Amino acid sequence: MRIIRFILKKEFLQIFRNKAMIPLIFFMPLVQLLILSNAATYEIKNIKFSVVDFDQSKFSRELISKFTSTGYFILTENSFSVAEAEEGFKKNTTKLVLNIPEDFEKDYRKNGTAKIHAIINAEDGSAAGIINNYTMNIVQQFAGGVKTEWSGIAALDNSPVININYSNWFNPELDYKTYMVPGILVALVSMIGMFLTGMNIVREKEIGTIEQLNVTPIKKMHFIIGKLLPFWIIGIFELAFGTTLGMLIFNIPMLGSPFLILLVASIYLLVILGMGLFISTFTNTQQQAMFIAWFFLVIFMLMGGIFTPVESMPDWAQKVTFFNPISHFSRTLRMIMLKGSGFYDVLNTIYVLAGYAAVMLTFAIFRYKKVEG
Amino acid sequence: MKIVEVKNIVKTFDKTTAVDDVSFEVEQGEIFGLIGPDGAGKTTLFRMLTTLLKPVKGNAKVLGLDVVKNYKQIRKKVGYMPGRFSLYQDLSVEENLKFFATIFGTTVEENYNLIKDIYILLEPFKKRKAGKLSGGMKQKLALCCALIHKPDVLFLDEPTTGVDPVSRNEFWDMLRKLKEQGITILVSTPYMDEASLCDRVALMQKGKTLSIDTPDNIIRQFKKSLFAIHSENQYELFQTLMKYEHRNTVFPFGEFLHYTDKRENISEDEIKNYLETLNLKGLKIKSVKPNIEDCFMALMEEK
Repeated sequence: MRIIRFILKKEFLQIFRNKAMIPLIFFMPLVQLLILSNAATYEIKNIKFSVVDFDQSKFSRELISKFTSTGYFILTENSFSVAEAEEGFKKNTTKLVLNIPEDFEKDYRKNGTAKIHAIINAEDGSAAGIINNYTMNIVQQFAGGVKTEWSGIAALDNSPVININYSNWFNPELDYKTYMVPGILVALVSMIGMFLTGMNIVREKEIGTIEQLNVTPIKKMHFIIGKLLPFWIIGIFELAFGTTLGMLIFNIPMLGSPFLILLVASIYLLVILGMGLFISTFTNTQQQAMFIAWFFLVIFMLMGGIFTPVESMPDWAQKVTFFNPISHFSRTLRMIMLKGSGFYDVLNTIYVLAGYAAVMLTFAIFRYKKVEG
Repeated sequence: MKIVEVKNIVKTFDKTTAVDDVSFEVEQGEIFGLIGPDGAGKTTLFRMLTTLLKPVKGNAKVLGLDVVKNYKQIRKKVGYMPGRFSLYQDLSVEENLKFFATIFGTTVEENYNLIKDIYILLEPFKKRKAGKLSGGMKQKLALCCALIHKPDVLFLDEPTTGVDPVSRNEFWDMLRKLKEQGITILVSTPYMDEASLCDRVALMQKGKTLSIDTPDNIIRQFKKSLFAIHSENQYELFQTLMKYEHRNTVFPFGEFLHYTDKRENISEDEIKNYLETLNLKGLKIKSVKPNIEDCFMALMEEK
């Protein structure tokens, strides 16, 4: 015990003597939370669109103003040539071309139906989907409006209607930050855990101290515990610090038990630290360790449901996600914080993470050797 | 008991053979030197003896313990100072020493008498970070850390490389004092002049030992007469001697060329006369006693 305590003391001494560490630990979560949670959102505003209005009627003008008055669309161009308007796609001055044909109003008044043509830039598929949704909504609202105006009495409409009443649970205002902040905390804790552990051990190799350590009777377990525990503590601290910031700054709810989060995070960090340790066993420089850790983290983060929903990924990718610790942790963290899920609700994830941690650590410890060749 | 026993040890890395069939023994209380240029295999040998590398063939025992089977026990009893400074640069002198004492399960106070003489020199800087110390100071700290658990045998890998001559002398004085306290020391060095400071040496070249003996005995085996020759133009002199039909060896040694002849009982005058006929100016020639470096060169030629 005395040895472990002393190794821990030495590690903390070194960590806090490193001038980059303090800002990294305190500043990084703050900046990430402030920037990412404000920036990463599915909501699209200020969509540039152009109009090709061949009809030039009261109807068409009303439709266009419906678009601009939502606040989501900005009219950038009015032209009389579809080809010309489409040029805007290439110049990135428009995302949507609204083509209103001649006789738009006349057709509607005569037949009760009319057509418009919306061309959407689908470079970014999910953005295109959102623009499409907005467009549909606006056009439908407009159609409803003119119908009322036309027939005089909306209630007498004889087409059967099923009205859907939505109620958004757990995030009634559909505030994206509520969803993002836990995800960003997961990314943060993972980065800190994997980078710092991996690089810390490799650093001993780089500066040659591992050579001196290896000829000492220091036990492998002591060494590894001494190397992992400080970053485990820092990781837990980061999570607590980040969660507090999130609750204070963004009013993120904490419906579940913080102790349950602590439990899940403790296990999750073992997985991440095990990975860092594993990376350090086959790399020789901090640069190599950094790149490999980054490689895994990018995949884990992008496929882990932090920024894009796992449900939108193809079937095979969703299956692969089972092996992604980040996806388990981010899902569970959101469940506990935003829905108030309890111990038995997340028990399955705890099993999975614990299994993962056991495998990862065994693997890494097995690979870590004091003798080469 | 022999402190170190090495028998036909071999270590290869892919296709290069770093240590090739080396055998030697080190007695209790000796200062044993491994002398050889860079790439001779000194570090690899040390790394095998300190249980950091496994030999491919042969075996080695340190303090009667097998380096492969009983490596854990060896690690408790040996001190190792790698060639590269391997302490924590961001920890202070004091913290480094305390750290190594702790992981060896001892305390600085317990073995303070062993390091006292060296540590006194470091004491004024004990709060300073190891990375900020001068070369000589770093080396003293490394020695303290290697000694703090009172090892029976000390492995010093090129401890004086890159250290100034004054510090080098100081360092050898320290080693002699440690020897008096009964610690067996194995030291490697590329500096031939340090060989005479060892009790016995192994001359190494390309993974093989050329000779293992006391420095005096090695020198005694040098049978030929050796001449130191100087002229105004050393390069021309070197070229001329290389072409000389009776030449055995010639190589630069400081301001002089060291020369041996194939003939027995040759005199200085004979060589001088020969060189003067070739118009070499400012000739100085004298008979000199061979040193370890001469022996090393001669042994290399033989192989």
